[in-house]
Amino acid sequence: MAQVHDHSELFPEVMPPEPEKATLEGKNKFFGIWFFLGGETVLFASLFGVYLALKNSTAGGPSSQELFGLGLVFIMTMLLLTSSLTSVYAMYHMRNNDFKKMYLWLGITGLLGIGFLACEIYEFAHYITDYGFTFRSSAFGSAFYALVGFHGGHVLFGICWLTTLLIRNAKRGLNLYNAPKFNTFSIYWHFIDVVWVFIFSVVYLMGKVG
Amino acid sequence: MATTAAAKRSFWEFIWDYLTTVDHKKIAHLYLAGGGFFFILGGIEALIIRIQLIKPENDFISAGFYNEMITMHGTTMIFLAAMPIIVGLMNAIMPLQIGARDVAFPFLNALSFWLFFFGGLLLNLSFLFGGAPDAGWTSYASLSMDSSGHGIDYYIAGLQIAGAGTLMTGINFIATIVTMRAPGMTYMRMPLFTWTTFVTSVLILFAFPPLTINLFLLMFDRMFGTAFFNVALGGNQVIYQHLFWIFGHPEVYILILPMFGVFSEIFATFSRKRLFGYTAMVFATMLIAFLGFMVWAHHMFTVGLGPVANAIFAVGTMAIAVPTGIKIFNWLLTMWGGQVTINSAMLWALGFIPTFTIGGMTGVMLGSNVADYQYHDSYFVVGHFHYVIVGGSVFGIFAALHYWWPKMFGRVLNETLGKLTFWPFFIGVHLTFFVQHLLGLMGMPRRYWVFLEDQSLDLGNLISTIGAFLMGVGAIIFVINIIVSAFGEKAAADPWDGRTLEWAVSSPAPYYNFAQLPLVRGLDPLWIEKMEGNGKIPAAEPLGDVHMPNGSIIPFLMSIGFFISGFGFIYQTDNVYWYLALYGGLAFSIALMIIRSVKDDYGYYIPKEELEKALEGEAK
Ligand code: HEM
Ligand SMILES: [Cu+2]
Repeated sequence: MAQVHDHSELFPEVMPPEPEKATLEGKNKFFGIWFFLGGETVLFASLFGVYLALKNSTAGGPSSQELFGLGLVFIMTMLLLTSSLTSVYAMYHMRNNDFKKMYLWLGITGLLGIGFLACEIYEFAHYITDYGFTFRSSAFGSAFYALVGFHGGHVLFGICWLTTLLIRNAKRGLNLYNAPKFNTFSIYWHFIDVVWVFIFSVVYLMGKVG
Repeated sequence: MATTAAAKRSFWEFIWDYLTTVDHKKIAHLYLAGGGFFFILGGIEALIIRIQLIKPENDFISAGFYNEMITMHGTTMIFLAAMPIIVGLMNAIMPLQIGARDVAFPFLNALSFWLFFFGGLLLNLSFLFGGAPDAGWTSYASLSMDSSGHGIDYYIAGLQIAGAGTLMTGINFIATIVTMRAPGMTYMRMPLFTWTTFVTSVLILFAFPPLTINLFLLMFDRMFGTAFFNVALGGNQVIYQHLFWIFGHPEVYILILPMFGVFSEIFATFSRKRLFGYTAMVFATMLIAFLGFMVWAHHMFTVGLGPVANAIFAVGTMAIAVPTGIKIFNWLLTMWGGQVTINSAMLWALGFIPTFTIGGMTGVMLGSNVADYQYHDSYFVVGHFHYVIVGGSVFGIFAALHYWWPKMFGRVLNETLGKLTFWPFFIGVHLTFFVQHLLGLMGMPRRYWVFLEDQSLDLGNLISTIGAFLMGVGAIIFVINIIVSAFGEKAAADPWDGRTLEWAVSSPAPYYNFAQLPLVRGLDPLWIEKMEGNGKIPAAEPLGDVHMPNGSIIPFLMSIGFFISGFGFIYQTDNVYWYLALYGGLAFSIALMIIRSVKDDYGYYIPKEELEKALEGEAK
């Protein structure tokens, strides 16, 4: 009678339609990440507030009109928006239990993220070397790098997270233990994307035009 | 020989057990012990402040040390004593009240505790290493940017680490209540303490991020030369005040709302009556939380935001008194016509009502932006917030400890000693803080090291100090009570003839909480079964293997990593070698995070047979 539990319920023959929410742990992760992002929203909102308060405090240094070029920022926006779309594809394939395709699209998501990050690093280097516009040069500089850099840090964290997930599960296929992990990542990634849309409008568009 | 060896091993096993535990009930013990320790520390600091102010122009301590005392007293009491004890109570009771076996993220729960603990430790180590923070618990940029030494850096690093833990607790509790309520436990059947835990967690989730950002800005300015608050480079120090109070006002509700829940449970249980106006209580809680985010600028009336802004914030502030008043009346009406038992827990609850009402009343006075020009930064404010924080949060903590001690530790606290704790403390609170209102009205500013003779401040300050010592007496009697009770009788499962689910399991609860998840048939589920059933909660599932999470040492080690990194942050301005600690500590914690993520942890199962045996044991 006494049988030892082998956790086989995590590795079903037929995957349920929503594998990411099929277990209690999965459901907890799903809700947990949403609440976490609620807190993240306030983090970014605070930084946006600081930025709006300080964006004209250039202390004689370059202003946003002189600095920003919309071309590069447009490319960055496209890269990140597309990466959000590819992660949707990945989750679609996860629900169809197509592990290979999910990996393909997650891989593309990661590459697009790296592309975004490369552009951002180039952008920052450009401001620092060509304009002497740094984290310390003025209150505007501090607020700009804090907000945009904090977002960039989130992208970097997301890429590291994704890489760890992809390497760890490469040989394992999909199961009810790792499906919530992929899904949690994708929700996080969408959030990063949405924040960028706000940065694009509030920092770059308003900075160039307003 | 053999027995001492066995005792020794079991001692280390005991320590190891607590270092690695992810059980919400044991984490609660840790929180209560940690919070209790810091409570004593904060209390000693308070007594030092009061001794310094016992007579005019006293020189008991230096002006610089006085500033460190007021700063550390406030910071310790709010972040390291009151909040952790409250989180401990939530940990101990909330999962039991909703019929869950643990919280949603047990691992994270342990991490939250250890982050709080090491954050608090870091903050207090500043005393040993060259001076504590000295810019007040608010640490306004105007003062903190100018403070020399590393005190403020300790404040930043310590609070950042502890705050991260608190934020995770908030997320954890919200997820727990959303996903893990037992069958039949609908939202509108949740006990009030669970409700206030829920709403408080939402407050934590939205209020702590502004503090996090604020501390980051201060850190960048102090340690990395940025210009957020550097006026010469276009910085703006009022931003700090805004961010601080956007956090700070909700914070005072984080401290009081859970206690509203505690009192609701206690009044209902000891009046043997259903809580009056349950629905109104739930919605008043939400309304207070919502309004709590809208009123932060009432701390900044004298900054010069302009008459329109001040007026709007004044009206919003006074509006909070309405839902608070609803609650007071509901508690009174819960007792009305009930069979009231007055014991220690109930005494604290009864003492709370007039004390907190006075505090709310002075709050409304302060909320008048015109009058506040007179009150602001005077002892009147000190009187106000101690009436609400001590009369609300601390009375609530004592009430909750007396009420739930049997459930948490398996022993009932001694009644006589309980009453002997209450009376000196209660009288002490009013002696200490009532005169402070008058002192403030006569012009005594807060945070001043000395006052002059013969300005009608002498007697009031003397009375205030005497009251403080009376509170100390009460606190000591409470500690004696804990020790005495540890040798007392074992507690029954339901010593108070309770109404809610936590009283349906043994005292203390078994480590899996419920062998079978309970089926809830209404508000006050245990009471319903006592009245309409056989007094036992029906099961919602057949007896089967129970899934449990594995313990882990990683939360403890990870927090040590952040702790070390905190020192790196603080001292890298002196010597670049400290970057080793900064990056080393971070790398250590991140590596552990990766290990945690990469190593599969499926948990384990308690076999059905073991549960059967335990149930048989209980039935006997
Ligand atoms: C009807 C309810 C309340 C109202 C209208 C109210 C109003 C106010 C106002 C206007 C101030 C600022 C005074 C000044 O600095 O000039 C203040 C300070 C304060 N209040 Fe309240 N309050 C209320 C309830 C509470 C509660 C429930 C708590 C905590 C449990 C609390 C804790 C504090 C603290 C800690 C401060 C001082 C902060 C500091 O300057 O360090 N208040 N209150
Ligand atoms: Cu306030």
